[in-house]
Amino acid sequence: MRYSAWQVIRQGLTGNRGWAPVWRDPAPRPAYDVVIVGGGGHGLATAYYLAKNHGITNVAVLEKGYLGGGNVGRNTTIVRANYLLPGNSEFYSHSLKLWEGLEEELNFNVMHSQRGVINIFHSDAQRDAAARRGNAMLAQGDDAILLDRDGVRAMLPYLDFDQARFPIHGGLYHPRGGTARHDAVAWGFARGADRLGVDLIQNCEVTGISVEGGQVRGVETTRGAIRAGKVGLAAAGRSSQVAAMAGLRLPIESHVLQAFVTEGLKPVVDHVVTFGMGHFYISQSDKGGLVFGGDLDFYASYAARGNLPMAEHVMEAGVALMPMLARARVLRSWGGIMDMTPDGSPIIDRTPVGGLFLNAGWCYGGFKAVPGSGWSFAHLIATGAPHGPAARYRLDRFARGDLIDEEGRGSQHNLH
Amino acid sequence: MRIDCPLCGARDRREFHYLGAAVYLDRPGPAAGPEAWDAYLHQRENPAGRGRELWCHEAGCGAWLAVERDMTSHAVVSVRLAEAGA
Repeated sequence: MRYSAWQVIRQGLTGNRGWAPVWRDPAPRPAYDVVIVGGGGHGLATAYYLAKNHGITNVAVLEKGYLGGGNVGRNTTIVRANYLLPGNSEFYSHSLKLWEGLEEELNFNVMHSQRGVINIFHSDAQRDAAARRGNAMLAQGDDAILLDRDGVRAMLPYLDFDQARFPIHGGLYHPRGGTARHDAVAWGFARGADRLGVDLIQNCEVTGISVEGGQVRGVETTRGAIRAGKVGLAAAGRSSQVAAMAGLRLPIESHVLQAFVTEGLKPVVDHVVTFGMGHFYISQSDKGGLVFGGDLDFYASYAARGNLPMAEHVMEAGVALMPMLARARVLRSWGGIMDMTPDGSPIIDRTPVGGLFLNAGWCYGGFKAVPGSGWSFAHLIATGAPHGPAARYRLDRFARGDLIDEEGRGSQHNLH
Repeated sequence: MRIDCPLCGARDRREFHYLGAAVYLDRPGPAAGPEAWDAYLHQRENPAGRGRELWCHEAGCGAWLAVERDMTSHAVVSVRLAEAGA
């Protein structure tokens, strides 16, 4: 069924009895051309673009839980392309362009809202860094506006501009940045992939990867063995465990990142605002909840929940930036498991095993990357060659010393 | 989360700084090849279970500690001084 305003009216007038399940629930077949491990945003987008761009439809996406039940539903939904370094800049620029056409492409409302992202700065040196980053964004063909203090005040009058520790000097405004409804992105790609013939197989955990003579032959799962010509891994958060099934060791350490949401409030925060010095960022969901988060808990973790010291720190930073936040009541918090790489940038590459491809290491950047990652990973799997905007996301760049260290912090997994 | 420092006793996680996996105790020699340095700096076992890591009691005695911890439950299994060997 094609979704449209006409369908909403028609179904509304006929008792909403005509809506059908959005995707099939097939049993796994014995063999596929391509098997994607992981039914989150990246895996589903990869399957969609394999079918759409490359005509490869004999594809299965294997998900150990339910579609979109992992990190694609555990983030803070921010979509932006404000990166500095070659490698990241062109990749996230491409991804943002895909976001801008995504709802038409998928015929699905992902509630993409380009409300603008504003990074606040507090000193002359930070202003220089913001100007440099803005120029890099403009050179990439994206948008950036350097705001002075009055410019920020006109847009965000509710901030504390004169706090003693971090007085606000201005901000870098990225108008095309914004948010999207994260579940809908997974559902939209799932529906699109299913309609093109991809089998989306849930409750199917991969327990082994069959490799013979250096070539991947298929996967073992809790629903039986499945042969495959090619296998793509898109299981960020558990990448190390999945890759270990094929004998690979990855440059990844898993960390927990917390996020928080308040009870629903009237519209008050109209943009995405980031307070880098306090490790705090915030936006408001369409439902009214203030969605905010901070930095990693900083120690390795697979628990999808964090510790109280970081919760306390995030609340303090938030109230320092936006004193009115003290009056809001926090509804709940959650943690997502991040594949942290030593340079803070992801991996989309071949592996030493023939026919086995890796999509991993998304750190905190995975959600906004979903369409671009799917597009580039599908290209890599279909053609065997890296896709232009993702060509620098190589697995061996660490050994070669060719890092993409956006924050310039050196090779330590938890510092990015 | 509390960590039982061998010198100071059990203290809150806030007093400790996390560096990373205990592989940092095995720094390669200057003549070790690029593969050894890649393994030391980048590649990680990253267990979803027990693993050993390096913490510093920075707001306490300042000692470097080799901590065995469960990454899924955050339970601290054992703590030793790093200089005693991990």
